[in-house]
Amino acid sequence: MRLRQFGAALLSAATLVGGLAACGSSGPSSALAKAKDEKKLTIGVKYDQPGMGLKKPDGTVEGFDVDVAKYIAKELGVPESGITWKEARSANRETFLAQGQVDLIVATYSITEARKPKVTFAGPFYLAHQDTLVRADDTSITSLDSLKGKRICQVTGSNSWKNIAEGTNKESKKVDVTLVPAGAYDECITKLKGNALDAVTTDDMILAGYAKREGSALKVTGAPFTDEKYGVGLKKGDKETCEAVNKAITKMYQDGTIKQLFEKHFSGTGLNFTATGAPPAEGCS
Amino acid sequence: MESLLDFGPLVQEFATILAGFWSTIRLTVMSAVLALVLGTVLVAMRVSPTPVLRSVGTFYVNILRNTPLTLVLLLCALGLSDTLQLTLSRDPGINYYWWAIAGLSAYTAAFVCEALRAGINTVPVGQAEAARAIGLTFTQSLRLIVLPQAFRSVIAPLGSILIALTKNTTIVIVAGYIEASAVMKQMFDDYGGTLPIFLGFAAGYMVLTLPTGFFFGWLARRLAVVR
Repeated sequence: MRLRQFGAALLSAATLVGGLAACGSSGPSSALAKAKDEKKLTIGVKYDQPGMGLKKPDGTVEGFDVDVAKYIAKELGVPESGITWKEARSANRETFLAQGQVDLIVATYSITEARKPKVTFAGPFYLAHQDTLVRADDTSITSLDSLKGKRICQVTGSNSWKNIAEGTNKESKKVDVTLVPAGAYDECITKLKGNALDAVTTDDMILAGYAKREGSALKVTGAPFTDEKYGVGLKKGDKETCEAVNKAITKMYQDGTIKQLFEKHFSGTGLNFTATGAPPAEGCS
Repeated sequence: MESLLDFGPLVQEFATILAGFWSTIRLTVMSAVLALVLGTVLVAMRVSPTPVLRSVGTFYVNILRNTPLTLVLLLCALGLSDTLQLTLSRDPGINYYWWAIAGLSAYTAAFVCEALRAGINTVPVGQAEAARAIGLTFTQSLRLIVLPQAFRSVIAPLGSILIALTKNTTIVIVAGYIEASAVMKQMFDDYGGTLPIFLGFAAGYMVLTLPTGFFFGWLARRLAVVR
């Protein structure tokens, strides 16, 4: 009797899993078709990243990613009023795309080999670099090598610490650092100011946002050691939309919009717009 | 869709996941021991004949039991350790480990204290009176007569508190310590937030908590005071 109950429980669990797997396989054929027919798009952005994607108390979203997404949507034929914003966290981006809960994602989404099997990337639309944020009076950290023996912030749910500790950087150099775990970059900043760690390291655009907020207490070292190719995430296999987004990105560089948007969000942070043309496209696959 | 039902990441990262659960066990066991000691001291204060001790004990329990654990841990890590620089070790890993344990055990001790107080109430008042009558002091009667019986009657509730403690360790990342759920969060970023990873970790926690529940249930039946 007990065994039979257990079997029934297993069966219902399997049905549940199957049911979850089954939903999401419907929906329009491509984001481009939806944009053209319905003049509507659901776009995933970050809600908690100052400078990139931030939800304000009045419910609107702002940031570099958000403005890029608006531009791309416009190029696809969707006015700003037709955009539904949705919070894309690092952990749910792939699921959102696969299940069609969002049509495209512009959320500090780096194009990596590991993600390519699950996501079709348009772009990259910007090339960011990993850099280091230190206390303003700290002169001992100037480069990747000088991080040796220092305490750096390890944010769970972010890959930045791996680029140093596991050597996935431009110089393929493993640096021996002490990792201090934290739940979010905001906590790292508190720890950095309180001398509980020596350096916070992640994409320069994110660091620039914090450096601006904290004023003269912190500084970015300006010694980048990775290339982060920020792309636009699309449902796997949606080549049609990918080509259209790539066209929009090229146009954004040609008409100078990208530089305007960059300066709107990052002027005064010490971060300069250096790109002369669109970064080489990765190709839609 | 196939990529979302892929159990591969669990196999690839097996060593990291085990290390994560080992951290969970280390946190749970150490916090449980400290919480039991602190909870026993607190309950002794709450039933003592001295009004000052009683009110201090009551105050502690009411504060800690009604404060969210996240806030307690944040106070320990960001407040006491980072801002006030009360570091317990120069190695950040060890420092945050002990601050996480301090927060967890201070919080859990309030619940242990209340469970034990309920246990003391199950001991007939005649027992304490008899102990006093034969000349035992308050401490002696508590230690030799009342607490042993009280403990034996609240083994099952203490087991529930231990299970709650095991699951409460999932938020110690706010205190800067990595355990299983932080490993899961990292895997969500590396592989995408998929059902198999979630199921794997849920099963991992059950491996820890289910036997705890069965063991304490068995222990409670075995050690129950027959009256």
